[in-house]
Amino acid sequence: MLGLTHMAYILAALLFIMALAGLSKQETAKMGCLSGMIGMAIALVATFADVSAVGFALIIVAMLIGGAVGIYVAKKVQMTQMPELIACLHSFVGLAAVLVGFNSFIHLGAIPSQICQVPVSDSAEEVLNAVVQCKDAVLNVVAKTPAELNTELIEIFLGIFIGAITFTGSIVAYGKLNGTYKLRIFKSAPLQLPYGNYLNLAALVVSFFLMIWFVAADNAPVLPLLVMTVIALVFGVHLVAAIGGADMPVVISMLNSYSGWAAAASGFMLENDLLIVTGALVGSSGAILSYIMCKAMNRSFISVIAGGFGNAPVAKKEDEEMGEYSELKAPEVADLLKNSSSVIIAPGYGMAVAQAQNAVAQLTEKLKARGVEVRFAIHPVAGRLPGHMNVLLAEAKVPYDIVFEMDEINDDFENTDTVLVIGANDTVNPAASEDPLSPIAGMPVLEVWKARNVVVFKRSMNPGYAGVQNPLFFKENSAMCFGDAKKTVEDIVANI
Amino acid sequence: MIVIKQGNAMLIGIPKESFHGETRVAATPDTVAKLLKLGFEVAVQNNAGALASFDDASYQNAGAKIVKEKEAWGADIIFKLNAPTDAEIELMHEGQTLVSFIRPAQNSELVEKLNAKKVTVLAMDMVPRISRAQSLDALSSTANISGYRAVIEAAHAFGRFFTGQVTAAGKVPPAKVMIIGAGVAGLAAIGTAHSLGAIVRAFDTRLEVAEQIRSMGGEFLKLDFKNEEGGSSDGYAKVMSEDFIKAEMELFAKQCKEVDIIITTAAIPGKKAPLLITKEMVASMKAGSVIVDLAAATGGNCEGTVAGEVITTPNGVKMIGYTDLAARLPAQSSQLYSTNLVNLAKLLCKNKDGSINVDFEDVVLRNMTVTKDGDVTFPPPKISVSAAPQAKPAEAQAAEKVEPKKANPAFKIGALALMVVLFMLMGAYAPAKFLPHFTVFVLSCVVGYYVVWNVTHSLHTPLMSVTNAISGIVVVGAMVQISNSSILIGILAFIGVLIVSINIFGGFAVTRRMLAMFRKQQ
Repeated sequence: MLGLTHMAYILAALLFIMALAGLSKQETAKMGCLSGMIGMAIALVATFADVSAVGFALIIVAMLIGGAVGIYVAKKVQMTQMPELIACLHSFVGLAAVLVGFNSFIHLGAIPSQICQVPVSDSAEEVLNAVVQCKDAVLNVVAKTPAELNTELIEIFLGIFIGAITFTGSIVAYGKLNGTYKLRIFKSAPLQLPYGNYLNLAALVVSFFLMIWFVAADNAPVLPLLVMTVIALVFGVHLVAAIGGADMPVVISMLNSYSGWAAAASGFMLENDLLIVTGALVGSSGAILSYIMCKAMNRSFISVIAGGFGNAPVAKKEDEEMGEYSELKAPEVADLLKNSSSVIIAPGYGMAVAQAQNAVAQLTEKLKARGVEVRFAIHPVAGRLPGHMNVLLAEAKVPYDIVFEMDEINDDFENTDTVLVIGANDTVNPAASEDPLSPIAGMPVLEVWKARNVVVFKRSMNPGYAGVQNPLFFKENSAMCFGDAKKTVEDIVANI
Repeated sequence: MIVIKQGNAMLIGIPKESFHGETRVAATPDTVAKLLKLGFEVAVQNNAGALASFDDASYQNAGAKIVKEKEAWGADIIFKLNAPTDAEIELMHEGQTLVSFIRPAQNSELVEKLNAKKVTVLAMDMVPRISRAQSLDALSSTANISGYRAVIEAAHAFGRFFTGQVTAAGKVPPAKVMIIGAGVAGLAAIGTAHSLGAIVRAFDTRLEVAEQIRSMGGEFLKLDFKNEEGGSSDGYAKVMSEDFIKAEMELFAKQCKEVDIIITTAAIPGKKAPLLITKEMVASMKAGSVIVDLAAATGGNCEGTVAGEVITTPNGVKMIGYTDLAARLPAQSSQLYSTNLVNLAKLLCKNKDGSINVDFEDVVLRNMTVTKDGDVTFPPPKISVSAAPQAKPAEAQAAEKVEPKKANPAFKIGALALMVVLFMLMGAYAPAKFLPHFTVFVLSCVVGYYVVWNVTHSLHTPLMSVTNAISGIVVVGAMVQISNSSILIGILAFIGVLIVSINIFGGFAVTRRMLAMFRKQQ
């Protein structure tokens, strides 16, 4: 029976790997999702074999409730709310890892006392059975070498630590992305406590000493574990609260990674290879995404975690004359588009905020009907979630093969008639490559200014997240189109 | 069209050009309508547009009055192409405004005469080369036409195809065209010659135009010479050093032997055109070759060009020295020039009330104004074009281009050493049971790395939601614990199973929903 469960777990692990591999390409993505689901089903069925009848009933009840909630949310969620949903789901994995960790700890202490209750019964067989079980359990504990016991304690400690950070960190990320909560930690602007980074460091150091106490003490005291849990929960809040809204793609993928490591830690506790494999897969997947996001901003992971832009005083050129910008109204933009043969649209978070994706898709359709080549250029960190823009455009029925990533399309701006920048700012800022003093210097950006005409849709002349003015707006070939992106784009559509 | 007449609406007069061979006119029916919109009234001399294919009736339909010569010259504002003749100046009176080409640097006598009449004069050849004034830069629009026409004239005189062809009757090589000077005229010539199918090479002393030359389909002839920038702050080329010119001449001499057609457009404002193609070079060219010298009016870039004429050298090279290339496309030239004038009118009449204000605060108007209220205001104070000088700091910055931050090598080695130590410690102290699990963990990380690394950007969000769903595998841990005899463990495990189920089902469901939305172009 054990062998069968084990084989089932291996199969599930393979299917999970296939799921991730399948998701690397559009053509195989659906198949990937399906193999993930099959893998999960196999893992669950195999696990049922180890569960008693009462447990089985409980699991079914819990799963029905959880599953119903999950499917309901998944059906209802707006695509603009995807970042929140993902953050929310991460927090669940974190919480579950904490619960599993505490359970393992309780279990560790509970084995001898709970099982070694020999029932008072007239059936000799039953009593003998209990005694044998008891003997096995005691031997099992005694059989553990101190090293094994310590390893298990460390696993529990780390599992709870990572799980707790993931839990509260994800909740704060959720709040920030949702944006409707009044609480300060849920505000998009970074919360910069004095000596914030030292607080983080202190949390790590204190937790480390608590772990040594926890492991070195004779009978695994619960106090250091609880203190550490509290510290980790607060640490998670502070870690994410200090990061600003536009760095969310990094944070989300970082939390994704943590949720994986938390699962892997649970796997070590339970000596369950399937959990370890899955946790490692998810953990490295999240880590790679974080790395891609950081690279797209030309910032180190540490600097993103250590807080938003503008910490270091930038030698700002006082009253720098940027020049004049010109303004276009919707009908004029429509004329410009009608006379263009190639158009690239560069959307940013502003498009998501204004819910303009459907209007943009309509515009694309209309222009394509007129024989204009329309493509989309997506910066890796556009939006609040890796791939956020792609999902929004897909929802609005924009075909994915006209949506390009920065590296694929950056060389094509030169030969493009018109670029529409919709709700993007820092990701199209020429200062990143031209001004070495700029806070965003060296960040790869969409080189929209190389096109013949650029129209920037914006609500006002306010600078973007990085707080730097955008010289693009003042270039000769660029014009501003002020107003709500959705309304403006609809006006343009009406004029074509 | 309804024109709201206002008491102070000024009259714009469009006289017929008197200059010999002039075919153009300073207004078209199209621009008359635009001027009326600005509140002006327009009077066009009869037959003014005849040579440019605009008849009096079409002007009348557009809303202009058709008047005699005297009336046209009596208007408040006079729009014209060529500078007025002495006879025409006689017709003018004090307080008028004249807009035309003047060349005040060369024609100081003319300026004095106009000033004596107390006429305000705006010179269309004095439009500063700043981006805001591009829409009224008549020199550019004229040069554009000249460049186009130069190629057409050359093609007319050239006894062969421009484009290479492989026909049943044999192979025809493409014509080779060299264009000297990549200003507006040069670039227009490059584009036209390229679109006719010729191989186009172009030379300019300003290195920064290489990109523009390539963009028009030409090949940039680079001089093997230490960087000497030929640009000046006013956007025009400047006079070059002797050594530079020597190297340049060698290049031309070499090219002359190869190319079929040469079009020279090198002119330095206010000075005699530089001599670039010597007699010897012309003599080295193939018979049937054509030279078009756009600088013929100011002395010519080629030795031997005669202004206004076509001559054939003893070795059979045709040298075209037409000075009226723009006038050879009268309708086109008139349309562009008159649109330049409308744009000037917009600048002069900001309130669209039909009255003008020559505002000296505006650098464009200040620069163009040659005389005003009885004072000669030429030459204007110098203004600098922003594009050229700013290029320098940009280059300097590019040199110290921001290197991507690289991790300190010492830091890297330190991290590596730390990992090795940790591994050794783990090996020494960790229990035997732990190690197989650790093997699985490390290998899975590697597998994860390779599998995820190739994920396309557009699938990042679905990837995250799927990893979310499968990290719900912690449920297995909670499931095993749920049937534990300890109530506390049971409750915690129950909660665990419940919330992780949200993850599993929600994660997969939302991924499926997203993936269903992604679709390919039909």
